[in-house]
Amino acid sequence: MNPSATRTVVIEPVTRVEGHGKVTIQLDEQNRVRQARLHIVEFRGFERFIQGRPFWEVPVLVQRLCGICPVSHHLAAAKAMDRIVGGENLTPTAEKIRRLMHYGQMLQSHALHFFHLCSPDFLFGFDADPAVRNIVGVARKYPDLAVQGVMLRKYGQEIIRATAGKKIHGTGAVPGGVNRNLPVEERDAFLKDLPQMLDWAEGAVRVARDYTMEHLEELAPFGAFDSNHLSLVRPNGEMDLYHGVLRAVDAKGGTIFDGVDYQNYLDYIAEDVQPWSYMKFPFIRSLGPERGWYRVGPLARVNLCDSIPSPKAEAARKEFFRLTGGRPNNMTMTYHWARMIELLHSVEVIEQLLHDADLQGTDLVVRGERRNEAVGLIEAPRGTLFHHYVVNDRDQVVRCNLIVSTTNNNTPMNRAVEDVARRYLDGVQISEGLLNRIEVAIRAYDPCLSCATHALGQMPLVVELVGPNGATLARRVRDSGA
Amino acid sequence: MEPARRILVIGYGNPGRMDDGLGPACAAAIEARHIPGVDVDVDYQLNVEHAADAARHAAVVFADAAVEGPAPFDWRPIEARPVEGMGTHTLGPGAVLALARDIFRAEPRGYALAIRGRRFSEFGERLSDEARRHLDAAVEFLDSWLRRIAAGAETNDAAAADPNPMETAR
Repeated sequence: MNPSATRTVVIEPVTRVEGHGKVTIQLDEQNRVRQARLHIVEFRGFERFIQGRPFWEVPVLVQRLCGICPVSHHLAAAKAMDRIVGGENLTPTAEKIRRLMHYGQMLQSHALHFFHLCSPDFLFGFDADPAVRNIVGVARKYPDLAVQGVMLRKYGQEIIRATAGKKIHGTGAVPGGVNRNLPVEERDAFLKDLPQMLDWAEGAVRVARDYTMEHLEELAPFGAFDSNHLSLVRPNGEMDLYHGVLRAVDAKGGTIFDGVDYQNYLDYIAEDVQPWSYMKFPFIRSLGPERGWYRVGPLARVNLCDSIPSPKAEAARKEFFRLTGGRPNNMTMTYHWARMIELLHSVEVIEQLLHDADLQGTDLVVRGERRNEAVGLIEAPRGTLFHHYVVNDRDQVVRCNLIVSTTNNNTPMNRAVEDVARRYLDGVQISEGLLNRIEVAIRAYDPCLSCATHALGQMPLVVELVGPNGATLARRVRDSGA
Repeated sequence: MEPARRILVIGYGNPGRMDDGLGPACAAAIEARHIPGVDVDVDYQLNVEHAADAARHAAVVFADAAVEGPAPFDWRPIEARPVEGMGTHTLGPGAVLALARDIFRAEPRGYALAIRGRRFSEFGERLSDEARRHLDAAVEFLDSWLRRIAAGAETNDAAAADPNPMETAR
């Protein structure tokens, strides 16, 4: 293929100082899509930055990675450091406080994604004016829904504050345990609002389900493709977002591996690199990079578990599976429905935990036999998050490897973008419809396109059309309102 | 419903990314001064839940780092405005005010305190020397402004107590 015979369409959201996403769509001479790629600029300096730091600082330090999901990094690192201090068998209070923190994180993240980022697409349609198709538009036309989104998110944030100690750089999880329990007064305040949260969460599942079913003809093929799926599950196959064993299945539900201790993840997962992307491409080692890539996140987790250990979410899961006759669901756009099932599950788990007297226990930390290497894994809102550390005898971190959730979904997001580009690109113009649909496809995976910094004066979306000789043919900027 | 009279200062940014921590540093400095009538919040970034907090106040100051613009800081009123573009898990101050208005039927006055930073692209929980100087100037300005507005809020609506904020800033 002669590269000069291609045209490239570039869609580039510039959302952060150092981190942003970019879509390039390469055309052939007939202006057909030859290839589409999603580039996410991932800041990899963190793994070097942390070298030499004392291991007990790591659960706090890793929150610098991301202002979007610091709790997930905090807990994944803490789980690794539990093993470093030989304290992986947490006290009941420590484990339940951490679980409360984690499910609070899941709740606030999923609520934000669904109500803030996705509901505008659902409620106004993919082709609606972006000036209306946003959270403020939702607030004006559907104020009740907007309030639910804000208050669900706020409830989850308050749980994080109560368990982590503060909103920024929380310190709740420490190697071998936690540094606080949940006072009765705070528990009672959360319990008071819980029935309302549960009601809204059930409503969110209905909105996602009804939207999916009513628009199934359009949504089913949209960015859809067969894939493997990976997540943690409990050893008995139940969903667990905090801890478990690794399970992977193929597109039809066939087991690739199951019951894997994630301390041995390197025996099962490898990372490929591509010259055009800073981000790695993880794959299942036994299948190789071409066939071994996989989805993570809500869709994978709902696909993989045998059941959900909370009644309302389990009923929702069964209904979800009726759509595909009990087989794994490979429709990208059903991520939203699966995400709301997890949101409902999170509220149910929070309720279970709040009624557990262990949250007020005082036995917070354990220690055991010191180790020099450990892996911490957690199901973050966006998918499986790997933290792997090697510590020397002077307690300094000497090596660190992270596979973040968005990286795990790297190949699937590229596939989704390419599918949408092939379906909707017409000529060499970046139509509003194409741009919207590429955003919708990427958004289904809830990728973390940013990583840490935030400052006034950034532009969120730049669209460039680049000709065969590399010259920019057109450029569009979408202001953020920030 | 009793009118909101208190003023909210929200400092936001990531203190682990050098000068991106200017907003939280400003919030911490203001909180330490215990100014009557002033509430302080800090977060990594603005988001939808801040609309609920904003709605309970007469005025909101959004303190953030700025990668460009005047030094040591810029001060300007903010209008409620819509959010556009690809969603990125965060909102701007104008969108927070718009949500406060459209969801919670409240219209607090909004002000942006954009403190000029220099170093953003590295990990490190410290401010550059230049940012530190800018922070000091911004905090002194904000302290003075808050005390004057808060004093006015004891007898009047805080929103009416600052007839010309741009003049006040200079």
